[in-house]
Order: sequence, then C-alpha cells, then structure tokens
Amino acid sequence: MAPAVLLRAAVCVTGRFPALAGVDLAVDPGETVVLEGPNGAGKTTLLRLCAGLLALSGGEALVLGCDLGAGDRSSLRRRVGMLGHHAGLYDDLTVAENVRFALRAAGRSAAEGDDAMTRLELVGRLRRTAVGRLSAGQRRRVALAVLVARRPELWLLDEPHAGLDRAGRAVLGAAVAEAAAGGATVLLASHEPEEAVPLADRVVSLAGGRVTAVRARRAADAPARGGAHVA
Amino acid sequence: MASPPPAWSRRRAVIVHVLGAASVLAVAITVWLGLWVTPPDQHLRDEVRLVYVHPPIAWVALYLAFGLGALSSVLWLWTRTRSAAWDRLAAASMEVGTVFTALTLVTGSIWGRATWGVWWAWDARLTSTALLLVLQLGYLAVRRVPSDRDARARRSAVVALVAAVDVPIVHFSVDWWTTLHQGGTVTNPNLSPTIHGSMAWTLLLGFVAFTLLFAWLLVVRYRLVTLAEWREDTELAEALHERWAEGGPVAERRAAVPTATTATAAPGALAGARPAGPPAGS
Amino acid sequence: MWRDGVLVAGKDLRIELRSRVVLHQVVPVAVLMLVLFAFALGPATAPMVAAAPGLFWVAVLFTGVLAVQRSAALEGGDGGRDGLRLSGLDPAGVFLGKAAAVAVQLLVLEAVLSAGVVLFYGAHVRSPGALVVASVTGTAGLAAAGTLYGALAAGLRVRETLLPLLFLPVAAPVLVAGTKVWQSALGAAGAGSGDPWLRLLVVFAVVYLAVGVVIFGPLQEAP
Repeated sequence: MAPAVLLRAAVCVTGRFPALAGVDLAVDPGETVVLEGPNGAGKTTLLRLCAGLLALSGGEALVLGCDLGAGDRSSLRRRVGMLGHHAGLYDDLTVAENVRFALRAAGRSAAEGDDAMTRLELVGRLRRTAVGRLSAGQRRRVALAVLVARRPELWLLDEPHAGLDRAGRAVLGAAVAEAAAGGATVLLASHEPEEAVPLADRVVSLAGGRVTAVRARRAADAPARGGAHVA
Repeated sequence: MASPPPAWSRRRAVIVHVLGAASVLAVAITVWLGLWVTPPDQHLRDEVRLVYVHPPIAWVALYLAFGLGALSSVLWLWTRTRSAAWDRLAAASMEVGTVFTALTLVTGSIWGRATWGVWWAWDARLTSTALLLVLQLGYLAVRRVPSDRDARARRSAVVALVAAVDVPIVHFSVDWWTTLHQGGTVTNPNLSPTIHGSMAWTLLLGFVAFTLLFAWLLVVRYRLVTLAEWREDTELAEALHERWAEGGPVAERRAAVPTATTATAAPGALAGARPAGPPAGS
Repeated sequence: MWRDGVLVAGKDLRIELRSRVVLHQVVPVAVLMLVLFAFALGPATAPMVAAAPGLFWVAVLFTGVLAVQRSAALEGGDGGRDGLRLSGLDPAGVFLGKAAAVAVQLLVLEAVLSAGVVLFYGAHVRSPGALVVASVTGTAGLAAAGTLYGALAAGLRVRETLLPLLFLPVAAPVLVAGTKVWQSALGAAGAGSGDPWLRLLVVFAVVYLAVGVVIFGPLQEAP
C-alpha cells in the first residue's frame, strides 16, 4: 500500500527563508500523525506543503499520489482539508451561509453541511450569527464543520486545539477520531501534547526544518483514541 | 563553503566589452554626423537632427525592450517553456527599456520644444509613450516587492502581459483621440522630414547604434540579475546551515522513518524531482 | 467555471449587502469627487459642463480602484487566499465571479455619478442609450482588469499604493473612449460620433475578460 504522504529530504523555501530544510516523513493511509516542535520549527510550512499550497524547492514529496515537484497541485487540493491559523471564513456572512458556500464550492450538497453543523453543536441562533461576531473557538468549530462535511482523504490540522475550551476540544477530538476511523489520514501539528497525542498513532518531532525524532505513541502517553473522551 | 559565482569565460567577457565599445562609438558617430555633418532640412531646418536619435530610441524602447520583456514574460508563464532565464531576461529588458522610454520622452520633448516651442504636447506618440513609461514603472514596482523568486516572477510576468495587451489599445485610442481633436492644435502631422542621401545613412546608423547600445546594456543587466540570484542562493545555503544548527542532532535517517510499509513508492514515481539542496546531515 | 463564477459573485454581493461598505463609503466618495471637481472648475457652470464627461469617467476610475481594493480585501490576508485556493473552486470561475460582483457595484456607482453629473453640472443628455452601453462595456473591462490586478496585489503590504499604479494606466483607454462617448451623447460641439469608441470599449472588455480567465489560475499559484 502506497504511503499517503512521502517526503524525502524535502526543502521548502518561503520568501528567502528555508522553512523546511530537508524533511523525511512517511505516513500510511489512515494513520494519525502528530507533529510537535518549537515555534518556527516548520510545522505550519509542512502542513501547507502537503496541502499543495507551497512549491517544493528541493527533495521529493508525494502526497496522495501527487508529485509535488511536478507542478499540478490544484487537483490535490480538492482531496485535502486544512484547518489553519486563519479560518478562511467570511466575517460578514452567517455560519450557515459560510458552510453552505464552502460546501457548494467543493461540489457537495448543503444538506451535508447541516448535518456536520449539528454534530459540532452549531445549532439554532448560532447558525444565523455572522462569523465576525463569534469567538475564535467558535470560528474554529465552523471551519471544522466544513472539514467534516467535505470528508477529505487527508486532514491537515494546524494547532487546532489552541483557544478552544474543554467542550470544544472534546468535539475536536471526537471529529478527528471519527475521521481517522473512516480511513482519513490525519496530520496534526500541536503545542499541546496532552490533547493531541492521545489521538495519534505516531508522534513526529520537528525542529529547525527537519525531523529530529519519531516515536510511536506509548501506552504511558494516554488512553488510545476511541477510548474514553470527555462527554 | 559557498560555490564561486558563475563566471564569464574570457572570450565572452571580451565580446561584451567589444559590444560596449562598439555601441558607444556608434552612438558617438551618430551624434557627430547628426549634429555637424548632415545638412539641415528645408522645412524643419536644424530641428530635424533629432530624427537621428528620437525614432531609434523610441523604436528600441517600445518594440525591442518592451516587446522582448513581454515575450519573455509570456514564455515564462507558459509552463511548457518555463525557465528562470526568461524571468531574468524579462526583468533586465524591462528595466533597460524603462530608461529608453524615459529617453524617448526627453528627446521627444526637446524636439517638440525646438519645433513647436512647447515642452510638451498631447500628441499621440508622446502620450502613448508617457503611458508606456507608467506601465513599465508599475512593472519595476512589482519586481521590487520582497517575495520568493517564483512568486515574483509570476506577478511580474502577469503585469508585463497585461501591459503588453494594453499598449496597442492605448495606442489606438490615443491616436483617435488626437486626430479627432479639432481647432487650436499645436501638433503638426507633417513631422516626418524627407530623408535622403547622407541623412538616410545617418538614420540607419542611428538605429544600429542604439540597438547595439540596448544589446550591451541588456547583457550587462542580465548578468547583474544572474549574479543577484546567485547571491540569494548562497545566502539561502547559509540560511539552511543555520537552520540545521537550530534543530540540534538529527536521528539517523533510515531508522527515523518507521512505517508498516517500507517506502514502496517506486522511485520512478518521484522521477523528475529537482535535486536537493546542500547535502543533509552535515 | 460558470457555476463557480455565479457562486462567487453571489457570495461577494451578499457580503456587500450585509456590510454595505461600497454603499456607505465608496458612493459618498464618488459624490464628494463631483463636489471637489466643482470647486476646482467652478463656480461658473460652463467649464463644468464641458468637462463633465471626463470628470464622470475620472470619478469612475478612482472609485473603481476603491471597489477593487474592497473586493480583494474580502478574501482576507494570507489565510483567506489559502481558503480560496483550497476551496476547490475553478480559478477562472473565481475571476469571473469577483469581476461580476465588482461590475455590479461599479454600475451602481455610475448610476449615482451620472445622476450627480446631470444634476450638479447641468448637463443635458441627448442619447441615454449610448451612455448605458458605454457604461456597461466600460465597466466590464474595468472590473476585469481591476480584479486581475487586485488578486495580484492581494496580501502584499504595499497593496494600497501598488494597485492604483498598476490599474490606472491600464484603465486609461476606457477613460478616453468613455469620455468620447459621453461627449457625443451630450451633444458637445465637435464631438463626432461615439460609435468607434463604443467598439473600442467592447474590445477592451472582451480582451481583459479573456486575459483574466486564462491568467487568473496561474497567478494564484504565487503564495
């Protein structure tokens, strides 16, 4: 079975800065990998590279069968879902309108969006609220609803736990677990190991634009995902 | 540690110097012939002398420099012919072209002053050239925005393309604009003097001289662009080394990628990948 | 492509309906420009009437820059542009959609401006049909070129100053042609027929729409 993500000595230069300085990584389909590392280690760049947003400056990268060095990244982007620092939502539109727009853009039906919003507890008056009025955590949930509804093969989450309250984190954890159970590959960058590692199959440490360590999730880390999560 | 800058072979350096000397010499001869040797025109008297300088400069500015800049931009944009050389050529050509466009305006203005007594007139050619200058300045402004090479090339190429599309439209509209203007005009459509004899030769020499001058400046500017990119790459290599130092010791590569399936992606699938930067694990 | 265009145009227009930025900020600037022109040329009405066609189009151009800035700003900074690229929308469709939304807003602006010109400068309109055609075609071209450059400059810190520098020279032919059409429509002395100018406006619009559709996608690849 071919890896979902395969990077060999991948170099990615943003501006004049080599954000990724030779990354080696292989992720199997359906695997959940947590990326950890200090600020500036290149986690966001790695995720954006895998989303097909950045050009590869050196080395090799193969994501969902797409060779990132070869040029056409637009077909990859449709199969990938990313939750980044910016939610990519329109402040003046309501939650429901944003979700509907995003789904129709992705070629999905609006009904799937309603379903996802309900599962993420975006109901009632919240749906009719303009996104600009929501808190950061709530905005993250809206973006997550879009992601859940789109059901991409590869999930790229950039510090998704930041700013979320306990309930939000639970909802996020459940969504990620569900996606992984459904066969999606998940790459999650996080500063909060207690939240992220329980979801992971492997933990990859990144520093200075390179992978410094890889380890499987140990029993001592936390209960396996799919186990007890906060109700 | 750093690789040396790409150097010109001795022969190429000599050729470039010869080109430079020849162009300067040709321009000087044109000026000499134009100012002292050729006879003044019957109607336009001494003012005609600018015809040896203004039209050649204008031709170089618009068709040669701008045309080359637009063409190489399109070649860069088209993925099948994309190559960093086109981007460098476009940058060099547009920049030298801007200088020539400005010179076109200056010589045109001087000619206008000599012929009509005004420093500026809204005739078709001057106006179109002024607009061309602004378009080229826009191109230069976009090139100065700090970004990575690919993004910069992309943006500049689009600006060049749109400008190239705009130039004929501007030319037509301004042309109609001035010819339909009635009453109180300062422009004299009969500006082209009859050219014969020594004047024709001088004019021809003028075209050759300024074309040579453009070629020389273009080559030198292109070289500067190449050197600037080399320096960026060197700085990048140093930045890479610093970046690695940031990360501390890196685990052995093979063992660091445990996976249930060993990397079974056929190496062929990644064929055509660009060579990696400086070797890792230094 | 067309489906995505309609989707994006609808989205942009809905945002405008909610936020009313163009209505509450750009339209007043347009009216203000007319007033300022009056200060510059008046108080006698003769110079204003003579200059009215040109002033109209100059005002359209400058408020057009504002409308395009707003359209580009809707997509947010870096994150927003990522969002659009990740959304699965066809770039050519995005271009047409955003250009259409800008065009609609510009047409509203032009309606206000023409009413203002007729009102403030006492211009008499002889053939309104030509004016409408000129407005529609000129606007299409301006919206196309503006949206293209708006995307190019999007996310750059120098966007506010770069966009006018890039857009206005390209828009100059529309100014020339539009003014001529207005001059003939207002029956100004020595104006000549407006027809060739209308044709120029159509050519401009077609060319820039075509260029935008082709080049918008490759342009987006610049992160």
